Amino acid sequence: MNAADKKRLLREMLFARRFEERCYEAYMERKVGGFLHLYPGQEACCFGVMEAARPGHDYVITGYRDHVHAIKCGSDPKAVMAELYAKETGCSKGRGGSMHIFDVKHRFMGGYALVGGPFPLAVGMAKAIKMKGGDEIAICFLGDAANNQGTFHESLNMAALWKLPVLFVCENNLYGIGTRIDRSTAVTEQYKRVCGYDIPASQVDGQDIEVVYNEAKKAVDHVRSGKGPYFLELMTYRFRGHSMSDSNKYRSKDEEETWGKRDPLYILKSRLIAAKELSEAEYQKLDKEIIEQIEKDIIPFAESSPEPKVDELTKYVFGENDPYVRGGAR
Amino acid sequence: MAEIFFWEAVRRAHDEEMARDPMVICMGEDVGVVGGTYKATQGLYDKYGPERVMDTPISENGFTGLGIGASFLGVRPIIEIMSVNFAWLALDQIANSAAKVRYMSGGQLTAPVVIRSPGGVAHQLGAQHSGRMEKIFMGIAGLRVVTPSNPKQAYGLIKSAVRCNDPVFINEHEYMYSMKGDVPDAEYFHPLEGSEVARMGRDVTLFGYNISVHWCLQAAEILSKQHGVEAEVVDLFALSPLDRVGIKASASKTHRAVVVEEAEAPVGVGAEVIAIINEECFFELDAAPVRVSAANVPIPFNHKLEKAAIPNAQEVVKAVLKMLGK
Repeated sequence: MNAADKKRLLREMLFARRFEERCYEAYMERKVGGFLHLYPGQEACCFGVMEAARPGHDYVITGYRDHVHAIKCGSDPKAVMAELYAKETGCSKGRGGSMHIFDVKHRFMGGYALVGGPFPLAVGMAKAIKMKGGDEIAICFLGDAANNQGTFHESLNMAALWKLPVLFVCENNLYGIGTRIDRSTAVTEQYKRVCGYDIPASQVDGQDIEVVYNEAKKAVDHVRSGKGPYFLELMTYRFRGHSMSDSNKYRSKDEEETWGKRDPLYILKSRLIAAKELSEAEYQKLDKEIIEQIEKDIIPFAESSPEPKVDELTKYVFGENDPYVRGGAR
Repeated sequence: MAEIFFWEAVRRAHDEEMARDPMVICMGEDVGVVGGTYKATQGLYDKYGPERVMDTPISENGFTGLGIGASFLGVRPIIEIMSVNFAWLALDQIANSAAKVRYMSGGQLTAPVVIRSPGGVAHQLGAQHSGRMEKIFMGIAGLRVVTPSNPKQAYGLIKSAVRCNDPVFINEHEYMYSMKGDVPDAEYFHPLEGSEVARMGRDVTLFGYNISVHWCLQAAEILSKQHGVEAEVVDLFALSPLDRVGIKASASKTHRAVVVEEAEAPVGVGAEVIAIINEECFFELDAAPVRVSAANVPIPFNHKLEKAAIPNAQEVVKAVLKMLGK
């Protein structure tokens, strides 16, 4: 990773941070409804892993904290914001919402709202990749709490059994909704739980994007070379509540301050400044540009876009004019 | 036209579709080396190999989800869930992933999977192996539910389901794999929507599906021979969406309706069909429609109790005679 890459990644992560903060504001203004799960604090996980993978080529799937993953895969942030605004121009045409961002063109295969639900879907995509003989891999980003679902174990078993090209990325942010990991999980270090399936696994700092990138590179190479699945645990922290309905009373001030000092943006920015690759003034300029892009480009697009038509309520339940439904085929 | 077993019809549909399209695979517990508990995939493992005829671990939610994920990328999986009772464990992936993904992605992604599973009350299998789950599946928007009553339908419904771009659940019956019936020699695609008049009649309509079609046909014979009553039998091979047009047509013609279901009455096929009759043709009716359903009990092990828990042709005859005041 050279200096130019690091500066680009800092910009991408800063964009993601500002984008998510703006989602929060839109939610507080009641322009965005439903549930909203934000990503600040965890940015180095998505950007570090995807930098080591091939966004738009590899198939990515995740849970409901999904806006940033879609954007890193190549989704237009305007379409992601418009989806939060429930507009027809949203990437899921206003039918999905914050938790169900889909952008199949960029191989972002969706955000799913059942904890642990994407595990078997990711393994299935890997099965399809193997059948077709492509060099893509499937990447499944989920939180630590998903590992307490049966699908985790069922999916690890099948992925290992059939040596399928799937990378499991566990963003361990230490909480499942409002319950701390040691209160819900017997073995808190998630990579240790994987040894029962003979899947190579490792655990690294998820706040330092260079550390994430370097470990992810090994993981991605392993999976892409046909050696089967890999499990990568990234130790991270979300700076906001689980969702917008979160009282956030379950974490201590001390803990929040400790992790606040390990802000992935701060870590990368300080490093670039220390290496004289970046100045504070440059950073401020970058920040201003990003905020301007969001305010002048993204938000107006979402606000001015039309809502879906009510007379199209039942569109997309089933396919249209399928010849096999009416028996018209042969 | 050849007379073959139900299981042979299921197997033939698999074989033809797998021979045609290398993206068609089948998967499930014991479908490979063993050839399927009901022989529905016999010989396919040797012919197509382990990559396409996958013996899965006993992880219903996991392997059903795997099939759904593979279908996102163009694979056409025929997933066998060995017994419908085990499908409870796969409901999350069926209902939350397969059935909803087209809608919540705004039409970008579809899950063209076929999920086949036998249910029903067979021979003293006990409470946990005698479930009838069609009512659960037909309440899920975005999922097609069909249920064959004979080998021809079994063959043609699988053929259509494999090629249809929507997820399709095929509700089979453990008792019916050894049933024989005529299946066309030429390739045949059965529609996934609609209903069939299995017997013409004028005095009353008996609505059945899957095994209860046979009880209705037996009852119709008894009614005709012994009581001079001509019953029409309508085979509801499509449970979701239900054929409103066909239901209305027959109920308006005979003015009387009896729905016969192997499942318990609450929130079931009978409730749904009678609601449709009320909505579509209430003022055409000469009598209040009735259900002949299973007792609302976990299916008992004792054979006498088991038999008493589910309907039969005699109960259908009784219900019709009562309706006619005979």
